[in-house]
Amino acid sequence: MRKGQYQFVTGFLFIPVALYLVFVIWPYIQTIGYSLTDWKGQSQTFSFVGLDNYVALFQDDVFLGAVWHNILFLVFIPVITILLALFFAFMVNAGGRSRAGGVAGVSGSKFYKVVYFFPQVLSLAILAVLFGAVYRSDTGGMLNGLLLKLGLIDAAEPIEWLNEPDFVLWALMAVVVWHGVGFYLVLFSAAMQSIPRDIYEAALIDGAGRAQSFFRITLPLLWDSVQTAWVYLGIVAMDMFVLVSTMTSGDYGGGPDHHSETMSTVMMRNFLYFGKSGYACAMGVVMLLLTLIVSVVTLRATRRERLEF
Amino acid sequence: MGSTSAQNHEGLGRRDLIKRSAALGLIAVPTMSFLSACASSGGDDAGKDKPKGEKTKDNPFGVAKGGKIDVVVFKGGYGDDYAKAWEASFNKKWDITATHTGTQEITGKLQPRFNAGNPPDIVDDSGAQKIKIDVLAKNGQLLDLAEVLDAPSVDDPAKKVRDTLIPGTIDAGLQEGKVVALNYIYTVWGLWYSGKLFKEKGWTEPKTWDEFMAICKEATAQGIGGLAHQGKYPYYINVAIMDLIAKKGGLDAMKAIDNLDPKAFVGSAAAKEAVEAVYELVEKGYLMAGTNGLTHTESQTRWNQYKAAFITCGSWLENEQLKQTPADFDMKFMPMPLLPGSAMPYEAIRAGSGEPFIIPSKAKNLAEAKEFMRMMLSKEWSTLFAKEANSLTILADGVDPSVKLRPGTQSTVVASKAAGTNTFRYLYTEWYSEMDTEIQNASNELMAKRIQPAEWLKRAQAAVDKAAKDPASKKNHRD
Repeated sequence: MRKGQYQFVTGFLFIPVALYLVFVIWPYIQTIGYSLTDWKGQSQTFSFVGLDNYVALFQDDVFLGAVWHNILFLVFIPVITILLALFFAFMVNAGGRSRAGGVAGVSGSKFYKVVYFFPQVLSLAILAVLFGAVYRSDTGGMLNGLLLKLGLIDAAEPIEWLNEPDFVLWALMAVVVWHGVGFYLVLFSAAMQSIPRDIYEAALIDGAGRAQSFFRITLPLLWDSVQTAWVYLGIVAMDMFVLVSTMTSGDYGGGPDHHSETMSTVMMRNFLYFGKSGYACAMGVVMLLLTLIVSVVTLRATRRERLEF
Repeated sequence: MGSTSAQNHEGLGRRDLIKRSAALGLIAVPTMSFLSACASSGGDDAGKDKPKGEKTKDNPFGVAKGGKIDVVVFKGGYGDDYAKAWEASFNKKWDITATHTGTQEITGKLQPRFNAGNPPDIVDDSGAQKIKIDVLAKNGQLLDLAEVLDAPSVDDPAKKVRDTLIPGTIDAGLQEGKVVALNYIYTVWGLWYSGKLFKEKGWTEPKTWDEFMAICKEATAQGIGGLAHQGKYPYYINVAIMDLIAKKGGLDAMKAIDNLDPKAFVGSAAAKEAVEAVYELVEKGYLMAGTNGLTHTESQTRWNQYKAAFITCGSWLENEQLKQTPADFDMKFMPMPLLPGSAMPYEAIRAGSGEPFIIPSKAKNLAEAKEFMRMMLSKEWSTLFAKEANSLTILADGVDPSVKLRPGTQSTVVASKAAGTNTFRYLYTEWYSEMDTEIQNASNELMAKRIQPAEWLKRAQAAVDKAAKDPASKKNHRD
């Protein structure tokens, strides 16, 4: 390389790195700084309080409850979404009764793929409105209307779906899963199609059934995609802000009575509504750490020997 | 590849120059804003080199002609046409150009500006995304409005501005003993019903809680709900609970709550009876079915469809529901019915003001902002508001008789005349956001039958006690 080219390359590397430092790293550093103060969020006057915010954080029942809810999301959202997506993807790609080797999708599989992908094109805000109508607490809601028609509920006592402490988390989870399955179905389908058909055919000749070919062939060869999906869904589960804050009761959501609280909703309420911005920054730092830990653990725990084909 | 000037190595090529300056610019811009955001000093250069007008009786703040003003208003139920009409009038009188921003995202747009010491000159800080007044006040971001309130009134220079207002309406803007927000719209809170429905059913406005319960019972028996409330926002049912407490126990019961009395709820007979009365509605099934989970528009619309006899709300209800209200609905306001042995008469209402206008203490055009606010409290501007936003202002007799009011607003005028001086207004909602939120949560649980009145009282008291422990709370007190 000539001298000028070095300069040229450095010039182009410099900009993205600088942008990254300014727009990603610097805000994080600022947040950590603010988390050690009693900043109230509306002016630049504050004083240093050391680790007080963090101490308070671990005695804050609402925040600890929110952490617990995020953990529940973290356990259930990826598992349910991935299992459903894998099942549907396998059915679409290899579930059909084809005469030619038994490795074709069910009939109309192309159509299903498009239909399944539909929810993904909707933004979360639209989703919140849509499911707001599904879960509406009087008989004007879709679910309640249906149950009423079936004679399962009394018109005077409809189910207040999002106002039931035991149910609200699951109601929210159903929305996320509904939203995500289609996308991961398409992702897994793409991965499945790249698996050579002769492997399946060989398995078929050896007498493998559908379940066996799934667990022995498809899943191991799909592992990379599953791992990616897991990390992404883990991040979704750590956030959940848009859905919770728009669909549930309370300022920035979290209701009824903190039963659907997530870390992000507690943080926003403290940051903007209560004027405890320094405290909220401490929550932000904890969220960052937890998300990092989750990503690392997921990547480690799901590490497998890479299969080549 | 073609050769360009960048490839000769003598000095800086054209491409290099562009590249480097672009990189510099990219970094420099955000860095500058960070630096300016972090600079917490030097905010006092407001209006230093600006021409000043002479201070006279007609120009108490010394506004100079040809200046500027930066106005931000919440564009919600009242729209922002009224503000545009004001700005046009302001320009006509003072030749001052206004920068107008009508938005729903007050926090998103203004928080960075407050932090950077560069706030607008006057703000209507309202709506779901308002910046809480107590938070702004604690940060020293709000101008003490005493100067405006003590200035001569536009309509009658012999009077001070504060003497032209409906009594008690400026209390809502009190923070730490100073009026820092001007709540401009006159609002009453209570129960609402349809005059048409009541005529059809032969019901009359209930004056006692027993009569109220009787109507709820009859309505429920006929498949109409008794009381509807905006369950997703428990703020509204708190209007009913708190009004009952104030009317039963008198102003002292109300002030005990605002002043964070250790016996505000637990140990207060008025509070106990009030909460038990509201809970009786739940127990007997007199709530509109499903109302606990509905948003304000959903429940109010159901009420407009005659699915419930009553609903709790403030006087913005009529304007908010304009499109959903049937033409012959005949919307009517009524005070909260009385529990036996109440300290206040039936006519007593929660009345006061909403829609807080603030002047940031670091505003660049302070004189203009103060003059703008003084003019808001003139008959001319108050009438402009009533015309554009369909609502009353806190200026006494502030609406020109030529403006025709809608039935609901008209009924609030009648009710507030009947109430006279028997009005009350809670301030804890403006003083202690966290306490307010916790009491709302408890009310949500109560209405869903998950806790009993005794537990509600305990939780509300716990919220009060927690607020009392906050060192900042010592500065708020009312007599």
